[in-house]
Amino acid sequence: MAKWAGIIFFAAVINPTLYLVSIGIGVGSLIDANKGVNGVSYLTFLAPALLASAAIQGSSDEVIFPTMAGFKWERTFFGMRSTPITARQISLGLFIAAMARTSISVVIYWIALYYFGALDSPTAWLAMPAALFAGAAMAAVMLALAGKIEKEDFFFTIVGRFIMIPMFLFSGTFYPLSQMPVFLQFFGWLSPLWHATEIGRFLTYDYPISGPMLLMHFSVLAAMIFFGLTASFRIFAARLEK
Amino acid sequence: MTESLIHARGLTKTYGDFVAVDGIDFDVAKGESFGFLGPNGAGKSTTMRIIGATSVRTSGTLTILGKDPEVNGPQIRAHLGVVPQQDNLDVELTVSENIFIYGRYFGLSSSFINKKIPELLEFAQLEEKKDTKVQALSGGMKRRLTIARSLVSEPDILMLDEPTTGLDPQARHILWDRLFRLKEQGVTLLITTHYMDEAEQLCDRLIVMDKGKIMAENSPAQLIKDYSTKEVLEVRFGSEKNHEMVDVLRPLAERIEVLPDRILLYAEDGEQLLEQIAAKGIHPNTSLVRRSSLEDVFLRLTGRSLVE
Repeated sequence: MAKWAGIIFFAAVINPTLYLVSIGIGVGSLIDANKGVNGVSYLTFLAPALLASAAIQGSSDEVIFPTMAGFKWERTFFGMRSTPITARQISLGLFIAAMARTSISVVIYWIALYYFGALDSPTAWLAMPAALFAGAAMAAVMLALAGKIEKEDFFFTIVGRFIMIPMFLFSGTFYPLSQMPVFLQFFGWLSPLWHATEIGRFLTYDYPISGPMLLMHFSVLAAMIFFGLTASFRIFAARLEK
Repeated sequence: MTESLIHARGLTKTYGDFVAVDGIDFDVAKGESFGFLGPNGAGKSTTMRIIGATSVRTSGTLTILGKDPEVNGPQIRAHLGVVPQQDNLDVELTVSENIFIYGRYFGLSSSFINKKIPELLEFAQLEEKKDTKVQALSGGMKRRLTIARSLVSEPDILMLDEPTTGLDPQARHILWDRLFRLKEQGVTLLITTHYMDEAEQLCDRLIVMDKGKIMAENSPAQLIKDYSTKEVLEVRFGSEKNHEMVDVLRPLAERIEVLPDRILLYAEDGEQLLEQIAAKGIHPNTSLVRRSSLEDVFLRLTGRSLVE
Protein backbone atom coordinates (compact mmCIF):
# COMPACT_ATOMS: atom_id res chain seq x y z
CA MET A 1 0.00 0.00 0.00
CA ALA A 2 2.83 2.35 0.87
CA LYS A 3 4.33 1.71 -2.56
CA TRP A 4 1.32 3.06 -4.34
CA ALA A 5 0.57 6.03 -2.09
CA GLY A 6 1.43 8.53 -4.78
CA ILE A 7 -0.90 7.03 -7.36
CA ILE A 8 -3.74 6.54 -4.89
CA PHE A 9 -3.54 10.18 -3.93
CA PHE A 10 -3.42 11.30 -7.52
CA ALA A 11 -6.36 9.20 -8.68
CA ALA A 12 -8.39 10.01 -5.60
CA VAL A 13 -8.01 13.74 -5.88
CA ILE A 14 -7.51 14.76 -9.48
CA ASN A 15 -10.36 13.00 -11.24
CA PRO A 16 -13.15 13.93 -8.85
CA THR A 17 -11.74 17.44 -8.55
CA LEU A 18 -12.13 17.89 -12.29
CA TYR A 19 -15.81 17.03 -11.99
CA LEU A 20 -16.13 19.30 -9.00
CA VAL A 21 -14.69 22.28 -10.78
CA SER A 22 -16.24 21.83 -14.19
CA ILE A 23 -19.75 20.72 -13.37
CA GLY A 24 -20.04 21.79 -9.77
CA ILE A 25 -18.82 25.28 -10.21
CA GLY A 26 -19.50 25.76 -13.89
CA VAL A 27 -23.01 24.36 -14.10
CA GLY A 28 -23.61 25.30 -10.50
CA SER A 29 -23.34 28.96 -11.20
CA LEU A 30 -26.20 28.65 -13.72
CA ILE A 31 -28.39 26.80 -11.26
CA ASP A 32 -27.66 29.03 -8.29
CA ALA A 33 -28.71 31.98 -10.37
CA ASN A 34 -32.06 30.17 -10.39
CA LYS A 35 -32.27 29.83 -6.56
CA GLY A 36 -30.24 26.56 -6.26
CA VAL A 37 -31.63 23.12 -5.33
CA ASN A 38 -33.52 22.18 -2.13
CA GLY A 39 -32.76 25.67 -0.92
CA VAL A 40 -28.99 25.18 -0.93
CA SER A 41 -26.29 25.95 -3.42
CA TYR A 42 -25.69 23.48 -6.24
CA LEU A 43 -22.27 22.69 -4.88
CA THR A 44 -23.76 21.68 -1.53
CA PHE A 45 -26.31 19.53 -3.34
CA LEU A 46 -23.64 17.91 -5.44
CA ALA A 47 -20.95 17.29 -2.85
CA PRO A 48 -22.30 14.18 -1.05
CA ALA A 49 -22.98 12.57 -4.42
CA LEU A 50 -19.49 13.21 -5.71
CA LEU A 51 -17.98 11.93 -2.49
CA ALA A 52 -20.00 8.72 -2.65
CA SER A 53 -19.15 8.34 -6.31
CA ALA A 54 -15.44 8.70 -5.60
CA ALA A 55 -15.73 6.09 -2.85
CA ILE A 56 -17.54 3.67 -5.15
CA GLN A 57 -15.15 4.04 -8.07
CA GLY A 58 -12.17 3.85 -5.74
CA SER A 59 -13.31 0.80 -3.79
CA SER A 60 -14.21 -1.07 -7.00
CA ASP A 61 -10.73 -0.51 -8.43
CA GLU A 62 -9.08 -1.45 -5.15
CA VAL A 63 -10.96 -4.75 -5.18
CA ILE A 64 -11.04 -5.74 -8.84
CA PHE A 65 -7.35 -5.40 -9.75
CA PRO A 66 -5.89 -7.27 -6.76
CA THR A 67 -8.46 -10.03 -7.28
CA MET A 68 -7.42 -10.44 -10.91
CA ALA A 69 -3.76 -10.41 -9.88
CA GLY A 70 -4.37 -12.88 -7.09
CA PHE A 71 -6.24 -15.44 -9.17
CA LYS A 72 -4.85 -15.04 -12.64
CA TRP A 73 -1.98 -12.66 -13.34
CA GLU A 74 0.30 -13.57 -10.44
CA ARG A 75 -1.66 -16.33 -8.71
CA THR A 76 -0.61 -14.99 -5.32
CA PHE A 77 -3.85 -16.23 -3.69
CA PHE A 78 -2.81 -19.80 -4.45
CA GLY A 79 0.43 -19.19 -2.63
CA MET A 80 -1.45 -17.79 0.35
CA ARG A 81 -3.86 -20.71 0.35
CA SER A 82 -1.01 -23.21 0.74
CA THR A 83 -0.35 -21.72 4.18
CA PRO A 84 -2.73 -22.04 7.15
CA ILE A 85 -4.73 -19.12 5.74
CA THR A 86 -8.25 -19.93 4.47
CA ALA A 87 -10.07 -18.71 1.37
CA ARG A 88 -12.47 -16.73 3.53
CA GLN A 89 -9.59 -14.91 5.18
CA ILE A 90 -8.12 -14.06 1.80
CA SER A 91 -11.33 -12.50 0.47
CA LEU A 92 -12.16 -10.70 3.71
CA GLY A 93 -8.59 -9.46 4.03
CA LEU A 94 -8.71 -8.06 0.52
CA PHE A 95 -12.01 -6.32 1.26
CA ILE A 96 -10.65 -4.72 4.43
CA ALA A 97 -7.45 -3.58 2.72
CA ALA A 98 -9.46 -2.09 -0.15
CA MET A 99 -11.74 -0.19 2.23
CA ALA A 100 -8.73 1.10 4.17
CA ARG A 101 -7.22 2.51 1.00
CA THR A 102 -10.58 3.92 -0.09
CA SER A 103 -10.96 5.66 3.28
CA ILE A 104 -7.80 7.62 2.66
CA SER A 105 -9.03 8.75 -0.75
CA VAL A 106 -12.39 9.74 0.69
CA VAL A 107 -10.84 11.84 3.45
CA ILE A 108 -8.59 13.63 0.99
CA TYR A 109 -11.51 14.33 -1.31
CA TRP A 110 -13.67 15.55 1.54
CA ILE A 111 -10.95 18.04 2.47
CA ALA A 112 -10.87 19.25 -1.14
CA LEU A 113 -14.66 19.67 -1.14
CA TYR A 114 -14.46 21.59 2.11
CA TYR A 115 -12.00 24.04 0.68
CA PHE A 116 -14.17 24.55 -2.37
CA GLY A 117 -16.91 25.66 0.00
CA ALA A 118 -19.17 22.73 -0.82
CA LEU A 119 -19.64 21.65 2.78
CA ASP A 120 -20.66 24.28 5.29
CA SER A 121 -22.86 22.43 7.78
CA PRO A 122 -21.44 21.19 11.11
CA THR A 123 -22.57 17.67 10.22
CA ALA A 124 -20.84 17.74 6.86
CA TRP A 125 -18.17 15.27 7.99
CA LEU A 126 -20.89 12.61 8.12
CA ALA A 127 -20.81 12.53 4.34
CA MET A 128 -17.61 10.49 4.71
CA PRO A 129 -19.05 7.45 6.50
CA ALA A 130 -22.05 7.59 4.18
CA ALA A 131 -19.77 7.53 1.17
CA LEU A 132 -17.67 4.72 2.63
CA PHE A 133 -20.80 2.70 3.32
CA ALA A 134 -21.58 2.91 -0.38
CA GLY A 135 -18.00 2.06 -1.20
CA ALA A 136 -18.20 -1.03 0.98
CA ALA A 137 -21.43 -2.13 -0.69
CA MET A 138 -19.91 -1.81 -4.15
CA ALA A 139 -16.64 -3.43 -3.09
CA ALA A 140 -18.43 -6.46 -1.65
CA VAL A 141 -20.36 -7.02 -4.88
CA MET A 142 -17.32 -6.42 -7.08
CA LEU A 143 -15.27 -8.81 -4.96
CA ALA A 144 -17.73 -11.58 -5.74
CA LEU A 145 -17.94 -10.72 -9.45
CA ALA A 146 -14.20 -10.33 -9.94
CA GLY A 147 -13.65 -13.64 -8.18
CA LYS A 148 -15.63 -15.35 -10.91
CA ILE A 149 -13.94 -13.74 -13.90
CA GLU A 150 -11.58 -15.82 -16.04
CA LYS A 151 -11.29 -13.48 -19.04
CA GLU A 152 -10.92 -9.99 -17.75
CA ASP A 153 -10.97 -7.81 -20.87
CA PHE A 154 -14.72 -8.04 -21.33
CA PHE A 155 -15.31 -7.60 -17.65
CA PHE A 156 -13.44 -4.33 -17.41
CA THR A 157 -15.19 -2.89 -20.44
CA ILE A 158 -18.60 -3.99 -19.26
CA VAL A 159 -18.12 -2.69 -15.74
CA GLY A 160 -16.79 0.63 -16.98
CA ARG A 161 -19.31 1.29 -19.72
CA PHE A 162 -22.47 -0.43 -18.51
CA ILE A 163 -22.27 -0.15 -14.76
CA MET A 164 -20.09 2.73 -13.64
CA ILE A 165 -20.98 5.38 -16.16
CA PRO A 166 -24.76 4.83 -16.21
CA MET A 167 -24.71 4.67 -12.42
CA PHE A 168 -22.90 7.97 -12.24
CA LEU A 169 -25.30 9.64 -14.67
CA PHE A 170 -28.65 8.25 -13.55
CA SER A 171 -28.39 8.13 -9.76
CA GLY A 172 -29.62 11.58 -8.92
CA THR A 173 -26.05 12.78 -8.72
CA PHE A 174 -26.30 15.97 -10.73
CA TYR A 175 -30.04 16.55 -10.30
CA PRO A 176 -32.71 15.13 -8.01
CA LEU A 177 -33.85 11.71 -9.17
CA SER A 178 -37.42 12.94 -9.22
CA GLN A 179 -36.53 15.16 -12.18
CA MET A 180 -36.25 12.06 -14.35
CA PRO A 181 -39.30 10.41 -15.94
CA VAL A 182 -40.56 7.56 -13.73
CA PHE A 183 -39.49 4.71 -15.99
CA LEU A 184 -35.88 5.89 -15.79
CA GLN A 185 -36.01 6.42 -12.05
CA PHE A 186 -35.99 2.68 -11.33
CA PHE A 187 -32.34 2.57 -12.33
CA GLY A 188 -31.57 4.85 -9.43
CA TRP A 189 -33.25 2.41 -7.06
CA LEU A 190 -30.79 -0.30 -8.09
CA SER A 191 -27.82 1.96 -7.66
CA PRO A 192 -25.79 2.04 -4.45
CA LEU A 193 -24.74 5.52 -5.45
CA TRP A 194 -28.28 6.86 -5.21
CA HIS A 195 -28.87 5.25 -1.80
CA ALA A 196 -25.63 6.66 -0.44
CA THR A 197 -26.27 10.06 -1.98
CA GLU A 198 -29.68 10.31 -0.33
CA ILE A 199 -28.20 9.37 3.05
CA GLY A 200 -25.29 11.76 2.50
CA ARG A 201 -27.58 14.66 1.59
CA PHE A 202 -29.67 14.06 4.67
CA LEU A 203 -26.56 14.08 6.84
CA THR A 204 -24.97 17.20 5.39
CA TYR A 205 -27.88 19.60 4.99
CA ASP A 206 -31.61 19.89 5.59
CA TYR A 207 -32.70 17.41 2.94
CA PRO A 208 -36.40 16.57 2.80
CA ILE A 209 -36.49 12.78 3.20
CA SER A 210 -38.64 10.49 5.35
CA GLY A 211 -37.50 8.06 8.06
CA PRO A 212 -38.68 4.91 6.28
CA MET A 213 -36.89 5.99 3.11
CA LEU A 214 -33.66 6.48 5.03
CA LEU A 215 -34.05 3.06 6.58
CA MET A 216 -34.63 1.57 3.15
CA HIS A 217 -31.48 3.19 1.76
CA PHE A 218 -29.45 1.95 4.68
CA SER A 219 -30.85 -1.57 4.39
CA VAL A 220 -30.15 -1.88 0.69
CA LEU A 221 -26.51 -0.95 1.20
CA ALA A 222 -26.18 -3.23 4.23
CA ALA A 223 -27.71 -6.10 2.26
CA MET A 224 -25.25 -5.54 -0.59
CA ILE A 225 -22.37 -5.77 1.86
CA PHE A 226 -23.73 -8.90 3.49
CA PHE A 227 -24.66 -10.81 0.36
CA GLY A 228 -21.61 -9.60 -1.55
CA LEU A 229 -19.23 -10.84 1.12
CA THR A 230 -21.06 -14.13 1.64
CA ALA A 231 -20.94 -14.80 -2.09
CA SER A 232 -17.26 -13.84 -2.22
CA PHE A 233 -16.36 -16.33 0.50
CA ARG A 234 -17.98 -19.10 -1.48
CA ILE A 235 -16.54 -18.02 -4.81
CA PHE A 236 -13.00 -17.65 -3.48
CA ALA A 237 -13.20 -21.03 -1.74
CA ALA A 238 -14.47 -22.78 -4.85
CA ARG A 239 -11.71 -21.33 -6.98
CA LEU A 240 -8.93 -21.99 -4.49
CA GLU A 241 -10.03 -25.49 -3.50
CA LYS A 242 -10.60 -27.03 -6.94
CA MET B 1 4.52 -50.49 13.27
CA THR B 2 5.19 -46.79 13.17
CA GLU B 3 2.29 -44.72 11.93
CA SER B 4 2.75 -43.30 8.45
CA LEU B 5 3.12 -39.56 8.09
CA ILE B 6 0.74 -39.67 5.15
CA HIS B 7 -1.82 -42.44 4.73
CA ALA B 8 -4.15 -42.78 1.76
CA ARG B 9 -6.66 -45.51 0.90
CA GLY B 10 -8.94 -45.39 -2.11
CA LEU B 11 -8.11 -41.75 -2.69
CA THR B 12 -10.30 -40.46 -5.52
CA LYS B 13 -10.83 -37.10 -7.22
CA THR B 14 -13.31 -36.54 -9.99
CA TYR B 15 -14.22 -33.41 -11.92
CA GLY B 16 -17.68 -34.15 -13.23
CA ASP B 17 -17.23 -37.26 -15.39
CA PHE B 18 -13.46 -36.99 -15.52
CA VAL B 19 -11.57 -39.16 -13.02
CA ALA B 20 -8.28 -37.46 -12.22
CA VAL B 21 -7.26 -39.73 -9.34
CA ASP B 22 -8.73 -43.22 -9.36
CA GLY B 23 -8.79 -44.84 -5.93
CA ILE B 24 -5.09 -44.91 -5.08
CA ASP B 25 -3.44 -46.28 -1.91
CA PHE B 26 -0.08 -45.25 -0.51
CA ASP B 27 1.81 -44.54 2.69
CA VAL B 28 4.71 -42.18 3.26
CA ALA B 29 7.02 -42.65 6.23
CA LYS B 30 8.77 -39.89 8.15
CA GLY B 31 12.06 -38.80 6.61
CA GLU B 32 11.35 -40.54 3.31
CA SER B 33 11.86 -39.01 -0.07
CA PHE B 34 8.78 -40.16 -1.92
CA GLY B 35 8.08 -39.66 -5.61
CA PHE B 36 5.11 -39.63 -7.96
CA LEU B 37 6.39 -40.45 -11.42
CA GLY B 38 4.22 -40.29 -14.51
CA PRO B 39 3.46 -38.38 -17.71
CA ASN B 40 1.48 -35.14 -17.86
CA GLY B 41 -2.14 -35.78 -16.97
CA ALA B 42 -1.38 -38.81 -14.80
CA GLY B 43 -2.96 -37.24 -11.71
CA LYS B 44 0.26 -36.41 -9.84
CA SER B 45 -0.40 -32.70 -9.34
CA THR B 46 -4.00 -33.34 -8.36
CA THR B 47 -2.82 -35.85 -5.75
CA MET B 48 -0.31 -33.31 -4.44
CA ARG B 49 -2.98 -30.65 -4.08
CA ILE B 50 -5.18 -33.05 -2.15
CA ILE B 51 -2.33 -33.98 0.20
CA GLY B 52 -1.56 -30.26 0.53
CA ALA B 53 -5.03 -29.72 2.07
CA THR B 54 -5.98 -27.46 -0.84
CA SER B 55 -8.05 -29.52 -3.23
CA VAL B 56 -10.86 -31.46 -1.56
CA ARG B 57 -10.90 -35.19 -2.35
CA THR B 58 -14.05 -36.76 -3.77
CA SER B 59 -13.80 -39.97 -1.73
CA GLY B 60 -11.39 -42.24 0.11
CA THR B 61 -9.39 -41.95 3.31
CA LEU B 62 -6.52 -39.57 3.77
CA THR B 63 -4.66 -38.62 6.90
CA ILE B 64 -1.66 -36.35 7.09
CA LEU B 65 0.21 -36.21 10.39
CA GLY B 66 -2.72 -38.15 11.80
CA LYS B 67 -5.32 -35.56 10.74
CA ASP B 68 -7.97 -35.37 8.01
CA PRO B 69 -7.33 -32.43 5.67
CA GLU B 70 -11.03 -31.78 5.20
CA VAL B 71 -11.45 -31.22 8.93
CA ASN B 72 -8.08 -29.78 9.97
CA GLY B 73 -6.87 -28.11 6.78
CA PRO B 74 -5.15 -25.04 8.27
CA GLN B 75 -3.52 -27.12 11.01
CA ILE B 76 -2.03 -29.52 8.48
CA ARG B 77 -0.90 -26.72 6.17
CA ALA B 78 1.00 -25.23 9.10
CA HIS B 79 3.37 -28.20 8.85
CA LEU B 80 3.71 -28.25 5.08
CA GLY B 81 6.03 -26.53 2.67
CA VAL B 82 4.58 -26.26 -0.81
CA VAL B 83 6.48 -25.65 -4.04
CA PRO B 84 3.82 -25.59 -6.76
CA GLN B 85 4.19 -26.29 -10.46
CA GLN B 86 3.48 -22.67 -11.39
CA ASP B 87 5.24 -20.01 -9.33
CA ASN B 88 2.93 -17.72 -7.40
CA LEU B 89 5.40 -15.22 -6.03
CA ASP B 90 4.42 -11.59 -5.55
CA VAL B 91 6.27 -10.01 -8.47
CA GLU B 92 6.01 -6.48 -7.09
CA LEU B 93 7.83 -7.38 -3.88
CA THR B 94 11.52 -8.13 -3.38
CA VAL B 95 13.02 -11.53 -2.68
CA SER B 96 13.21 -10.84 1.06
CA GLU B 97 9.73 -9.34 1.22
CA ASN B 98 8.25 -12.42 -0.42
CA ILE B 99 9.76 -14.65 2.24
CA PHE B 100 8.70 -12.28 4.98
CA ILE B 101 5.07 -12.01 4.01
CA TYR B 102 4.78 -15.76 3.48
CA GLY B 103 6.14 -16.33 6.96
CA ARG B 104 3.52 -13.94 8.34
CA TYR B 105 0.76 -16.05 6.77
CA PHE B 106 1.95 -18.83 9.09
CA GLY B 107 1.60 -16.46 12.03
CA LEU B 108 5.35 -16.49 12.63
CA SER B 109 6.74 -13.48 14.46
CA SER B 110 8.66 -10.80 12.58
CA SER B 111 11.77 -11.47 14.63
CA PHE B 112 11.67 -15.19 13.86
CA ILE B 113 11.25 -14.58 10.17
CA ASN B 114 13.95 -11.92 10.01
CA LYS B 115 16.36 -14.37 11.58
CA LYS B 116 15.40 -17.08 9.07
CA ILE B 117 15.70 -14.93 5.96
CA PRO B 118 19.53 -14.83 5.66
CA GLU B 119 19.63 -18.59 6.26
CA LEU B 120 17.07 -19.20 3.53
CA LEU B 121 18.75 -16.82 1.10
CA GLU B 122 22.01 -18.68 1.60
CA PHE B 123 20.24 -22.00 1.01
CA ALA B 124 18.81 -20.68 -2.24
CA GLN B 125 22.03 -18.92 -3.25
CA LEU B 126 20.12 -15.67 -3.59
CA GLU B 127 21.94 -13.53 -1.01
CA GLU B 128 22.95 -10.94 -3.60
CA LYS B 129 19.37 -10.65 -4.81
CA LYS B 130 17.75 -10.09 -1.45
CA ASP B 131 16.45 -6.63 -2.34
CA THR B 132 15.74 -7.35 -5.97
CA LYS B 133 12.16 -7.34 -7.21
CA VAL B 134 11.01 -10.80 -8.24
CA GLN B 135 10.14 -9.48 -11.71
CA ALA B 136 13.86 -9.15 -12.40
CA LEU B 137 14.79 -12.74 -11.53
CA SER B 138 15.45 -15.60 -13.94
CA GLY B 139 13.21 -18.70 -13.98
CA GLY B 140 15.72 -20.74 -12.00
CA MET B 141 16.09 -18.02 -9.37
CA LYS B 142 12.32 -17.72 -8.99
CA ARG B 143 12.08 -21.46 -8.46
CA ARG B 144 14.86 -21.37 -5.85
CA LEU B 145 13.06 -18.50 -4.13
CA THR B 146 9.82 -20.49 -4.09
CA ILE B 147 11.65 -23.37 -2.44
CA ALA B 148 13.36 -21.09 0.08
CA ARG B 149 10.04 -19.45 0.84
CA SER B 150 8.40 -22.80 1.46
CA LEU B 151 10.95 -23.55 4.18
CA VAL B 152 10.35 -20.44 6.28
CA SER B 153 8.04 -22.31 8.64
CA GLU B 154 10.47 -25.25 9.01
CA PRO B 155 7.91 -27.71 7.63
CA ASP B 156 7.79 -31.42 8.43
CA ILE B 157 6.82 -32.26 4.87
CA LEU B 158 8.10 -30.45 1.78
CA MET B 159 6.01 -30.97 -1.35
CA LEU B 160 7.49 -30.17 -4.75
CA ASP B 161 5.37 -30.38 -7.90
CA GLU B 162 7.55 -30.77 -11.00
CA PRO B 163 10.34 -28.73 -9.39
CA THR B 164 12.74 -28.61 -12.32
CA THR B 165 10.41 -28.40 -15.30
CA GLY B 166 11.52 -25.57 -17.55
CA LEU B 167 14.93 -25.16 -15.94
CA ASP B 168 18.27 -25.45 -17.68
CA PRO B 169 20.59 -28.35 -16.71
CA GLN B 170 22.75 -26.25 -14.42
CA ALA B 171 19.76 -24.90 -12.53
CA ARG B 172 18.41 -28.43 -12.17
CA HIS B 173 21.61 -29.69 -10.62
CA ILE B 174 21.79 -26.82 -8.16
CA LEU B 175 18.23 -27.60 -7.13
CA TRP B 176 18.89 -31.32 -6.71
CA ASP B 177 21.85 -30.48 -4.55
CA ARG B 178 19.69 -28.28 -2.32
CA LEU B 179 17.05 -31.00 -2.02
CA PHE B 180 19.69 -33.59 -1.08
CA ARG B 181 20.75 -31.36 1.78
CA LEU B 182 17.19 -31.11 3.02
CA LYS B 183 16.88 -34.87 2.87
CA GLU B 184 20.01 -35.15 4.99
CA GLN B 185 18.41 -32.85 7.54
CA GLY B 186 15.51 -35.28 7.85
CA VAL B 187 12.79 -33.35 6.02
CA THR B 188 10.21 -35.65 4.43
CA LEU B 189 10.10 -34.90 0.70
CA LEU B 190 7.20 -35.47 -1.68
CA ILE B 191 8.12 -34.93 -5.30
CA THR B 192 6.19 -35.26 -8.52
CA THR B 193 8.09 -35.43 -11.77
CA HIS B 194 8.00 -36.74 -15.29
CA TYR B 195 11.81 -36.78 -15.45
CA MET B 196 13.18 -40.23 -14.78
CA ASP B 197 16.65 -38.97 -13.87
CA GLU B 198 15.11 -36.73 -11.22
CA ALA B 199 13.08 -39.61 -9.82
CA GLU B 200 16.09 -41.92 -9.75
CA GLN B 201 18.33 -39.33 -8.13
CA LEU B 202 16.03 -37.96 -5.48
CA CYS B 203 13.53 -40.62 -4.46
CA ASP B 204 13.85 -43.43 -1.94
CA ARG B 205 10.58 -44.87 -3.12
CA LEU B 206 8.23 -44.02 -5.88
CA ILE B 207 4.82 -44.59 -7.30
CA VAL B 208 4.47 -44.86 -11.05
CA MET B 209 1.17 -43.22 -12.02
CA ASP B 210 -0.74 -43.25 -15.25
CA LYS B 211 -4.31 -42.10 -15.94
CA GLY B 212 -5.06 -41.61 -12.27
CA LYS B 213 -3.98 -45.11 -11.21
CA ILE B 214 -0.89 -46.58 -9.58
CA MET B 215 0.96 -48.88 -11.94
CA ALA B 216 3.78 -49.88 -9.57
CA GLU B 217 5.39 -48.88 -6.30
CA ASN B 218 8.93 -49.50 -5.06
CA SER B 219 12.42 -48.04 -4.89
CA PRO B 220 13.83 -46.93 -8.27
CA ALA B 221 16.43 -49.72 -8.26
CA GLN B 222 13.87 -52.39 -7.42
CA LEU B 223 11.44 -51.17 -10.07
CA ILE B 224 14.15 -51.41 -12.68
CA LYS B 225 15.05 -54.90 -11.48
CA ASP B 226 11.42 -56.01 -11.51
CA TYR B 227 10.30 -54.48 -14.76
CA SER B 228 13.41 -54.28 -16.90
CA THR B 229 16.72 -55.94 -17.62
CA LYS B 230 20.08 -54.56 -16.54
CA GLU B 231 20.96 -53.04 -19.91
CA VAL B 232 19.31 -51.83 -23.08
CA LEU B 233 20.64 -51.90 -26.61
CA GLU B 234 19.12 -49.23 -28.81
CA VAL B 235 19.42 -49.78 -32.53
CA ARG B 236 18.34 -47.72 -35.52
CA PHE B 237 17.90 -48.96 -39.09
CA GLY B 238 16.31 -45.95 -40.71
CA SER B 239 12.55 -45.47 -40.77
CA GLU B 240 11.79 -47.83 -43.67
CA LYS B 241 13.86 -50.78 -42.51
CA ASN B 242 12.96 -50.40 -38.83
CA HIS B 243 9.89 -52.56 -38.96
CA GLU B 244 11.44 -55.33 -41.03
CA MET B 245 14.14 -55.95 -38.47
CA VAL B 246 11.76 -56.50 -35.55
CA ASP B 247 10.97 -60.17 -36.24
CA VAL B 248 14.59 -60.93 -36.94
CA LEU B 249 15.73 -59.40 -33.69
CA ARG B 250 12.94 -60.58 -31.41
CA PRO B 251 14.35 -64.02 -30.52
CA LEU B 252 17.76 -62.59 -29.69
CA ALA B 253 16.81 -60.41 -26.71
CA GLU B 254 14.90 -60.98 -23.48
CA ARG B 255 12.41 -58.30 -24.46
CA ILE B 256 11.87 -55.95 -27.35
CA GLU B 257 10.16 -52.56 -27.57
CA VAL B 258 9.46 -50.94 -30.89
CA LEU B 259 9.52 -47.17 -30.98
CA PRO B 260 8.79 -45.04 -34.05
CA ASP B 261 12.44 -44.25 -34.69
CA ARG B 262 14.34 -47.09 -33.00
CA ILE B 263 14.18 -50.57 -31.53
CA LEU B 264 14.99 -51.27 -27.88
CA LEU B 265 16.48 -54.64 -27.08
CA TYR B 266 16.57 -55.62 -23.42
CA ALA B 267 19.33 -57.93 -22.15
CA GLU B 268 21.65 -58.42 -19.21
CA ASP B 269 24.66 -57.51 -21.30
CA GLY B 270 24.08 -55.03 -24.10
CA GLU B 271 27.57 -55.19 -25.64
CA GLN B 272 27.35 -58.97 -25.89
CA LEU B 273 23.99 -58.72 -27.62
CA LEU B 274 25.41 -56.25 -30.10
CA GLU B 275 28.20 -58.68 -30.93
CA GLN B 276 25.67 -61.49 -31.39
CA ILE B 277 23.67 -59.36 -33.79
CA ALA B 278 26.75 -58.42 -35.78
CA ALA B 279 27.74 -62.09 -35.96
CA LYS B 280 24.44 -62.74 -37.69
CA GLY B 281 25.32 -60.14 -40.27
CA ILE B 282 22.95 -57.48 -38.95
CA HIS B 283 24.50 -54.02 -38.93
CA PRO B 284 22.31 -51.19 -37.62
CA ASN B 285 22.84 -47.58 -38.72
CA THR B 286 23.55 -46.57 -35.15
CA SER B 287 23.66 -48.45 -31.87
CA LEU B 288 23.80 -47.44 -28.24
CA VAL B 289 24.23 -49.50 -25.11
CA ARG B 290 22.94 -48.02 -21.88
CA ARG B 291 21.72 -49.21 -18.53
CA SER B 292 17.96 -49.51 -17.90
CA SER B 293 16.12 -46.54 -16.47
CA LEU B 294 12.69 -45.71 -15.11
CA GLU B 295 11.74 -44.70 -18.62
CA ASP B 296 12.03 -48.36 -19.55
CA VAL B 297 9.96 -49.33 -16.51
CA PHE B 298 7.26 -46.94 -17.57
CA LEU B 299 7.38 -48.18 -21.14
CA ARG B 300 6.97 -51.73 -19.91
CA LEU B 301 4.05 -50.86 -17.65
CA THR B 302 2.09 -48.66 -20.00
CA GLY B 303 3.46 -49.12 -23.50
CA ARG B 304 4.14 -45.39 -23.71
CA SER B 305 7.07 -43.15 -22.89
CA LEU B 306 7.12 -40.68 -20.01
CA VAL B 307 7.62 -37.63 -22.20
CA GLU B 308 5.30 -37.53 -25.16
